Amino acid sequence: METNNKYKSELQVKSKTENLSLIRDFVSSKAEAAKFSREEIENIMLAVDEACTNIIKHAYKSNPDGKINIKIEYNSDKFVITIEDYGRSFDPEKVPVPDLPRYHCEKKVGGLGIYLMKTLMDDVKYISVPGKYNRVILSKNFSVSQN
Amino acid sequence: MAEFSTSVVNKGDVSIIYLKGYLDAHTAPALEDNFMKLIDENKFKIIANFSELEYISSAGLGVFMAYIEKIRDNKGDIKLTNMSEKVFNIFDLLGFPLLYEIFKTEEEALEKFNESKSVGNE
Repeated sequence: METNNKYKSELQVKSKTENLSLIRDFVSSKAEAAKFSREEIENIMLAVDEACTNIIKHAYKSNPDGKINIKIEYNSDKFVITIEDYGRSFDPEKVPVPDLPRYHCEKKVGGLGIYLMKTLMDDVKYISVPGKYNRVILSKNFSVSQN
Repeated sequence: MAEFSTSVVNKGDVSIIYLKGYLDAHTAPALEDNFMKLIDENKFKIIANFSELEYISSAGLGVFMAYIEKIRDNKGDIKLTNMSEKVFNIFDLLGFPLLYEIFKTEEEALEKFNESKSVGNE
């Protein structure tokens, strides 16, 4: 992504759930400009919503004064959303892949967001530097027909 | 800001919640209020009509998971109807069709509630 960047854009918001719609609108407009299909735009928007919801609830424990930085970059190959927060770090590897039927029986709700992100995007990476930042990087490849 | 609203209509002993707009972590508490109120009133036969729901995230799906057990323990159910393909796909990804009855129309869901009532009376 360092070279051949066609586009870069950033949004910084406070960690409030009321900002989720602003975040979705931001992501949706950039994905639309990158010429994704309506279905792909919806999927990217949902994945980013899930990532930010997790940040608000878990990294900031619903404290509305935390910062969330969302950066969108894309070139001819892929569309990358980097979301950074400065709250509590967490290890996504410790969140098990949900066994969905059992999950419902046990009435667990958390963990579905990570599962959705991984299902809807081509790549999801977490980088956490405790005490400094947590970063989640969501990538969607462009299909050949879009290039 | 994304809008979300609900309205509740009773048809016989079945309560229908109409969902409209965007259901996410911010708006999910409004839907929780509907379920809590219905449960308080001992109304356990519930249809959620999704015809005007534009968007749902896992926080919205979580609301259905939070109340289903209590409702079924009281011989009720939450049946889901009129979902757009987009919203259904999210339910489907998370395995919800295994656990919830999803109907194309509200009438089909009402019929299903009435069928089980007549079976219960026999």
